[in-house]
Amino acid sequence: MQGPVPAEFIGNAIAKHQSKTGIGAHSIFLGQVRADEINGQKISSIEYTAYEEMANREFHKIREEAFSKFEMTCMHIYHSLGEVKAGELCLFVFVSSPRRKEAFKAVEFIVEAIKKDVPVFGKEIYENQSHQWKVNS
Amino acid sequence: MQLTIKYLGMLAETTRCSEEAHQATEKTVSELLESLYRKYPALREKDFQVAQNHRLVSTETELDSGELALLPPFAGG
Repeated sequence: MQGPVPAEFIGNAIAKHQSKTGIGAHSIFLGQVRADEINGQKISSIEYTAYEEMANREFHKIREEAFSKFEMTCMHIYHSLGEVKAGELCLFVFVSSPRRKEAFKAVEFIVEAIKKDVPVFGKEIYENQSHQWKVNS
Repeated sequence: MQLTIKYLGMLAETTRCSEEAHQATEKTVSELLESLYRKYPALREKDFQVAQNHRLVSTETELDSGELALLPPFAGG
């Protein structure tokens, strides 16, 4: 999605699952832009770009793999593109399952796979407008 | 063979270009990279992976027509 993930969007996504009464547990991961400080300069925002065709293919693969590994009712992934300010949300992973243990395991698997396999790039913009490129650890 | 080469993230700053057409006479990804290093010497110092038609490939892979993308380290999430 373009820009940050709004908190209301997350609330609405949860509400939409009330009709799926086979679900016993939701597990949610929210990634937030951290105002890291490097050489006295604080990050004010991250500008995300992606190699979109490949990113969509990788998201699809992660989804297929997660469904084959874990007992899930449904799952949703939303990643920001464009500018996300420090303190705003840039990633929303939402897993629903009949049971909590599967939901916990699935969400961790999905988040780690996104960080490792999806071609998303982050330009960290500092308060003085200089920038450097984010690398996942 | 006609290729589109894409430079993602920080690599677009290195080459000052995000996409270009290339008439390839090279046979493999590694031969093509050598040509790109001659054109953009700073690229040689960069850490990146190569995707051919949206799939990651090794440097020994034979070139195929379509799209080749140079992808710097991922930073999603």
